[in-house]
Amino acid sequence: MSATKAQDIGGLGHSVRRKEDARFVRGKGRYVDDVKLKGMCYLALVRSPYAHARLKGIDISAAMKVPGVLAVITGKDLEEAGLAWMPTLSHDQQMVLATGKVLFQGQEVAAVVAESRFAAADGAAAVRVDYEELPVVIDPHAALGKDAPVLREDRDEKSNHIFHWEAGDRDATDATFDASDVVVTQDMVYQRCHPAPLECCACVADWDTVNEKMTIYMTSQAPHAHRTLFALVAGLPEHKIRIISPDVGGGFGNKVPIYPGYVVSAVASLKLGRPVKWTEERSGNLQSTGFARDYHMHAELAASKDGKIRALRVKTLGDHGAFNAAAQPSKFPAGFYNICSGSYDLENAFVEVDGAYTNKAPGGIAYRCSFRVTEASYLIERTVDVLADELGMDPAELRKKNFIAPDKFPYVTPLGWTYDSGNYAGAMDRALEMVGYEDLLKEQEEKRGRGELMGIGISSFTEIVGAGPGKQCDIAGIEMFDSCEVRIHPTGKVLARIGVQTQGQGHETTFAQILAEELGIPVGDITVEHGDTDTAPYGLGTYASRSTPVAGAATAVAARKVRAKAQKIAAHLLEVDEADLEWKDYAFRVKGAPDKAKTMQDVAFAAYTNVPEGLEAGLEAVDYYDPPNMTYPFGTYICVVDIDKGTGDWKVRKFVAVDDCGTVINPMVVEGQIHGGLTEGFAISKMQLIDYDEGGNITGGNFMEYLIPTAVETPHYDTDKTVTPSPHHPIGAKGVGESPNVGSPAAFVNAVIDALSPYGVRHIDMPITSDKVWKALRDAGIQD
Amino acid sequence: MAETVTVKVTVNGVEHEARVEPRMLLVHFLRDELDMTGTHIGCDTTNCGACTVLVDGVPMKSCTMFAVQADGHDLTTVEGLGDNGGLEPIQEGFHQEHGLQCGFCTPGMMLVSKALLAENPDPSEAEIRRAISGNLCRCTGYQNIVKSVQYAAKKIRTGSAESTVGGGAS
Repeated sequence: MSATKAQDIGGLGHSVRRKEDARFVRGKGRYVDDVKLKGMCYLALVRSPYAHARLKGIDISAAMKVPGVLAVITGKDLEEAGLAWMPTLSHDQQMVLATGKVLFQGQEVAAVVAESRFAAADGAAAVRVDYEELPVVIDPHAALGKDAPVLREDRDEKSNHIFHWEAGDRDATDATFDASDVVVTQDMVYQRCHPAPLECCACVADWDTVNEKMTIYMTSQAPHAHRTLFALVAGLPEHKIRIISPDVGGGFGNKVPIYPGYVVSAVASLKLGRPVKWTEERSGNLQSTGFARDYHMHAELAASKDGKIRALRVKTLGDHGAFNAAAQPSKFPAGFYNICSGSYDLENAFVEVDGAYTNKAPGGIAYRCSFRVTEASYLIERTVDVLADELGMDPAELRKKNFIAPDKFPYVTPLGWTYDSGNYAGAMDRALEMVGYEDLLKEQEEKRGRGELMGIGISSFTEIVGAGPGKQCDIAGIEMFDSCEVRIHPTGKVLARIGVQTQGQGHETTFAQILAEELGIPVGDITVEHGDTDTAPYGLGTYASRSTPVAGAATAVAARKVRAKAQKIAAHLLEVDEADLEWKDYAFRVKGAPDKAKTMQDVAFAAYTNVPEGLEAGLEAVDYYDPPNMTYPFGTYICVVDIDKGTGDWKVRKFVAVDDCGTVINPMVVEGQIHGGLTEGFAISKMQLIDYDEGGNITGGNFMEYLIPTAVETPHYDTDKTVTPSPHHPIGAKGVGESPNVGSPAAFVNAVIDALSPYGVRHIDMPITSDKVWKALRDAGIQD
Repeated sequence: MAETVTVKVTVNGVEHEARVEPRMLLVHFLRDELDMTGTHIGCDTTNCGACTVLVDGVPMKSCTMFAVQADGHDLTTVEGLGDNGGLEPIQEGFHQEHGLQCGFCTPGMMLVSKALLAENPDPSEAEIRRAISGNLCRCTGYQNIVKSVQYAAKKIRTGSAESTVGGGAS
């Protein structure tokens, strides 16, 4: 029997074209707003125009007279049902519809349900709300001041302080700082931004009055977790709730939390006995759902004169808006922010974070990020550049001098993580070579001589993804395992269902590739399904780059369980002892006589037609995988910019990205993820900003003000990889979706600052818009 | 019930007639009245281009037109691309060059690219980037969309094209 080759079946490492494309390029994707059910009605939300105001009254009489309006729901109605508040994922609660007062502009105040989306909008416009304005708190530092009004009247604590959290050894870190030659400090703000997937949030809640079952089509990155939360909050039995997350038009963390629109749609469907659709408008999406970041960071590095970094000290204030709706594992109030020692071998480190309430939208969610890792990575990579500037050292040389050496893995950081594997210098050397670093330095020197502004920015990030070990990581108490169920049909075709949910990552293809590799069955013969809680095994969902590290591992292990049973059947078919068989070249082969073999397809047929005595029929398995550790992808990004002195505009001339995400399942998909993540990093560094004026009015609440890069300004990227497998993952994969967004903002910013550094500029906060650069140039007296 | 008016449009070669409110946007007409949900809505402000369709061959954001403004015109939506389930070059390009991830911007991107190639069969990268700059994509970073359009251009010009991303076709 001839050997099957990996490329024949589309196994690991092959750029298999995506199965899901077939429907998307024909306009046959099925997103939530495409769902149309018999008798469906539409829901529109009434939102607060004020950032902080007491609700004096809501008059729904005019709205009820609008033709087609069926119902108006207010916070009072929900209060009677015990649903006026819902728990967040961070030990807090959030108003579903406002009662008492509103706490941010755009907050949900009432819902109007009508026969058409137009009638619903007309009805919402006719709801009259009487507000009494209250003093507004926008700055989180001011929120913690003695004179600040207490925003949250529902809490026992009469302050705007949410939590204090720390990691590392404070005393030892202080001692190292005291004993070090050089200390640099840098304040920086990682601005409030928003994931803004192109599809806004939406749901169709469908209460089946006969079977008393609630089906919710929902833009959800975590359908099972949402089902359980609905059961806990609404009191519906969990087997009578079905969440279907169909095609999702991008998530990036935005679709992890439960939002008021979902809850009130379910309430409306229960009330009316009809399906209710809610489709968020872009303004509602940007103004009220999961913002990210808003971290106000103070970083200090201690080093020796010759550039050995000894310790890191960080103090940070996080602005969570009106409710702490951070979507992250419950034991980590600041997420995995303590990954901020990065790629460096430090003696000591200490981090403290406080959280504050303000009159802004609630959050903050992990935007293409494994829980505050983007903030951490930006902080360390920015501050290392500040240190390089202080020491007069080359930033690449300073990084290389301080990298954790490859032979030190597994490496325990002073902030408590155990890195699985890494070769940081390897990735950096490749990036330096690709970008032509030495030549660029020469060019830069010449240009500086002529007064031209050219900058080179490096970021050598280490990420932490794949949450996570169940004992460490849970969402609302549910441990963060993930799952796969594999079933092989008699004719050797496969149906697999996974606990994670794709929003464009291509799981239907890449998870089929894992199975193809493990089972020796062509990728075209494998169907992967997800997103329907009535059929898929329980999983925690797709975010924090956890699909491949956790559900990918479950998929490989489930396939291996199938293979273990299949080996018994193969032995029966070949009339040999099971121990005489080995799985090689995608078949069970007799040791020493590899031509005597049975494929998985042979075995599958026998599993239903000719099972050995004592073995049950069928060929399927399920695995719930609890990872023993996180995975730690890494890489080096190098950005080259030129700045126009007249306008302050900066353009990316070249961008090199070398990623190491361990074993690569599909190089094409990985490259696509990197392009996309780099572009979001570029957007954050240059334009994406959710801001508020003093009155709490949002100034980034639509796509005319919240800027998304187009194809014209988006740079071209050159990508490559090194491969350092994760030692604890069944196929050695680490996850990649977020690395480029985590690692790249520092590269863009470092490049701009490098260009300006001859003029004494050491830092500019993101987004670095042209006017900020222009002002820096003006202040330096070098305007054209 | 609000006043309605009659709209008669040809969509993908088929004539449709309906009575709609004058304020109904073309995108809602396509999605809700004709059940053609391949045309998407991504913003309220005509920034994102997810709703792009061709009106008499010209790309238009269908959230910026009232349905009544399309009266008497010839529209192409994503459902009108390809033939009998087969893919036309622009669709094949997006598939082969991994020009899509979540798929939400894809119909608009393909239509605006199709219109570009009808006018300019051999566009430069800068011309492609300019042509698609009214359409936002949050997933791909545009690089593979550019390649997808180049693939389609070559396929239309020469009858064949080879994929370049991820080490070539597999």
